[in-house]
Amino acid sequence: MQELYLGNEAVARGAWEAGCRVVAAYPGTPSTEITENIAKYDDIYSEWSPNEKVALEVGIGASFAGARTMVCMKHVGLNVAADPLFTASYTGVNGGLVIIVADDPGMHSSQNEQDSRYYAKSAHIPMLEPSSSQEAKDFVKLAFDLSERYDTPVLVRLTTRVSHSRGIVELEERQQVDLKDYVKDVKKYVMMPGMARLRHKVLEQRESTLAADCNSLEINQEIMNGTKIGVITSGLVYQYTLQALPDASVLKLGMVYPLPIEKIKSFAAKVEKLYVLEELEPLIEKELKSNGIDCEGKSLFTVQGEYSANMIKKAILGEDAGEIAAESDLPVRPPIMCPGCPHRGAYYIMKKLKLVVNGDIGCYTLGALAPLSAMDTCVCMGASIGMNHGMEKARGTESSGKSVAIIGDSTFMHSGVTGLINVVYNSGNSTVIIVDNRTTGMTGHQNNPTNGKNIKGASAPEIDFEKLCEAIGVGFIKTIDPFDLKGFETGLKEALNFQGASVIISKRECALLDKKKWMPALSIDKDVCIGCGSCLKLGCPALVKDGKKVKIDGTLCVGCGLCVSVCPTGAIGNGENT
Amino acid sequence: MNTLSILIVGVGGQGTLLSSRILGKYAQLSGYDVKVSEVHGMAQRGGSVITYVRMGDKIASPIIEEGEAEYMLAFEKLEALRYIQLMKKSGKIIVNGQKIDPMPVITGTADYPNGIIDRLKNKIETFVFDAMSEAKEAGNIKAVNTVMIGKLANIMAGSKDIWLEAVRACVPPKTVDVNILAFERGYKL
Ligand code: SF4
Ligand code: SF4
Repeated sequence: MQELYLGNEAVARGAWEAGCRVVAAYPGTPSTEITENIAKYDDIYSEWSPNEKVALEVGIGASFAGARTMVCMKHVGLNVAADPLFTASYTGVNGGLVIIVADDPGMHSSQNEQDSRYYAKSAHIPMLEPSSSQEAKDFVKLAFDLSERYDTPVLVRLTTRVSHSRGIVELEERQQVDLKDYVKDVKKYVMMPGMARLRHKVLEQRESTLAADCNSLEINQEIMNGTKIGVITSGLVYQYTLQALPDASVLKLGMVYPLPIEKIKSFAAKVEKLYVLEELEPLIEKELKSNGIDCEGKSLFTVQGEYSANMIKKAILGEDAGEIAAESDLPVRPPIMCPGCPHRGAYYIMKKLKLVVNGDIGCYTLGALAPLSAMDTCVCMGASIGMNHGMEKARGTESSGKSVAIIGDSTFMHSGVTGLINVVYNSGNSTVIIVDNRTTGMTGHQNNPTNGKNIKGASAPEIDFEKLCEAIGVGFIKTIDPFDLKGFETGLKEALNFQGASVIISKRECALLDKKKWMPALSIDKDVCIGCGSCLKLGCPALVKDGKKVKIDGTLCVGCGLCVSVCPTGAIGNGENT
Repeated sequence: MNTLSILIVGVGGQGTLLSSRILGKYAQLSGYDVKVSEVHGMAQRGGSVITYVRMGDKIASPIIEEGEAEYMLAFEKLEALRYIQLMKKSGKIIVNGQKIDPMPVITGTADYPNGIIDRLKNKIETFVFDAMSEAKEAGNIKAVNTVMIGKLANIMAGSKDIWLEAVRACVPPKTVDVNILAFERGYKL
């Protein structure tokens, strides 16, 4: 049977077919749909862990216990999971352990475009890279085999275009893979210096065996055409290469670490000119050059963003593409907070109070954009609280009471809670706003430890923010509906004036969570509207200019009513636009 | 069949993913190789979104680049203009006349361009209609997708039965009837 699967869906299918029993993950674009699809298989235990480090630790435990296990994350998630990653490379596995990492060249939905292949190199873990949905499924299955054969975790690297492209996938049955025996083996599983030194030797031996064996690995595939141009590439760039250079010979690397140096040398000898085509860092190119293989790569391309077939055509063949010129003077359309978004109320007040806002990662990062423009910093998951504390310690009274950290419910559980503990422990004076919209929003609404549901939507224990903050020792805690603008402003001012750590829980459900709750669109009475523009400061996309006045786009408005409370003339209400 | 490239452009939240799913299904049912590249994540929050569908005997890249697209389904007219360079000169554009102001227009730092439809028509064959009122007539304002697909099916020719089968397979089961009606309205436009 064949299905048109997203790359991510194919990864999930591959794990299921390979007899995988346990999957743990934290959502992150472009990796999220892998685990969402895994959750549909009843014969796999799956969970959203609070962060990637915990997810990988769950994965390592399940592997030691004898189960085939997969852990999934986006590229920056691997930073969080890097601690267990490097040591799991020493211990090796029992049941196969596959770690999926999805990079985001071009930063479609990320804060940086780091190249995960360097993790494979520095942690000495083999890495596979598929170029299509079919390969995504096949490579995951192969990754489980390699993991058990070489006693190592195996990384599978995806990029946004592989994760989020659909292609035809041939489906197969699930392999019956039994749970392996768990046998106590402190020399393998307890990594303290005496044992780890021994394992480091094992690791070194394993890596050189793999480096030799990968020369005969089928997924490192030589496709000979002409001899004028040879290309070494992997992942989706392979597909661009096929399209841009149909006459070239290609060495397609299915394994991007370690590299099959002998195979590469023999390929290089067959072609007149050798190019390395790889997005982001010149990892393959540098490896080739250090092995004395002459090639060209980043001198013609860039370390920024994505490649394309036309880019390759232009750089190598000098051919231009396109028939119609692009329009250059168009207004941009950046992403925005949705109509009815609960965060809008919180940002409106923060902006009104002219606070320095340390932001975090989630839908609410969009509060940085005009017209709210109410965010000063955003670095990584959980960083807002630590940064706010740092600012306060650096600038003292000049800063305290005038800055806040804003962080989402899921992000707070991911890595914000430790920052809050730090504020309390080190006598900080930070105010933290936890924007609790009852879901992990930006990645497409996953459940988390604070909304009372697990990955399958079944009821689960719900962390109580107030009690948690109380237990940590936060002196001021208040839960407020951010659409109660007056109440929110008063509460926030109290929190800012409070000496010591203070937390506002801004609680209101994400507008997309239950569309059945949407109310009929509101409208503006033209005769009453004075065109003051107060409502436009909310940045709701449904409020649009209409000559000197404002109207509501009835196809976008969800009737949340927030604009009613900022209009000084009472022009907004139910009824037809006039 | 030579590779056929179809763009679907619009604003995040307009539900363009349904159209790409129907097109993917159509290709599969017609026995073609097919790849679809979607947008998930941040841009889905009201940003400019573009989905690529490519079908033919053997498809390598899932991405449509400058000068490659035969057809474009545009759910918003400014977005049609934004991606015009991806079209072949001989291509055809189907535009839903809807206008959604982007934030820079709302905040007054930019103007919504005038005469978009004329600008499109000067470059390429363009069909414009109000897909939203067509959908409303069919019985559900959300059936904009299938109105657009209906028009595309008519232009692309191919077996109407396969198109209908693809629509049936992809829309939510409870909405099959209204979507078929919407498809037919688009088909006749
Ligand atoms: S126009 Fe007003 S009521 Fe409608 S969604 Fe926007 S803020 Fe809410
Ligand atoms: S806030 Fe009220 S009066 Fe002012 S522009 Fe908006 S609708 Fe008109």
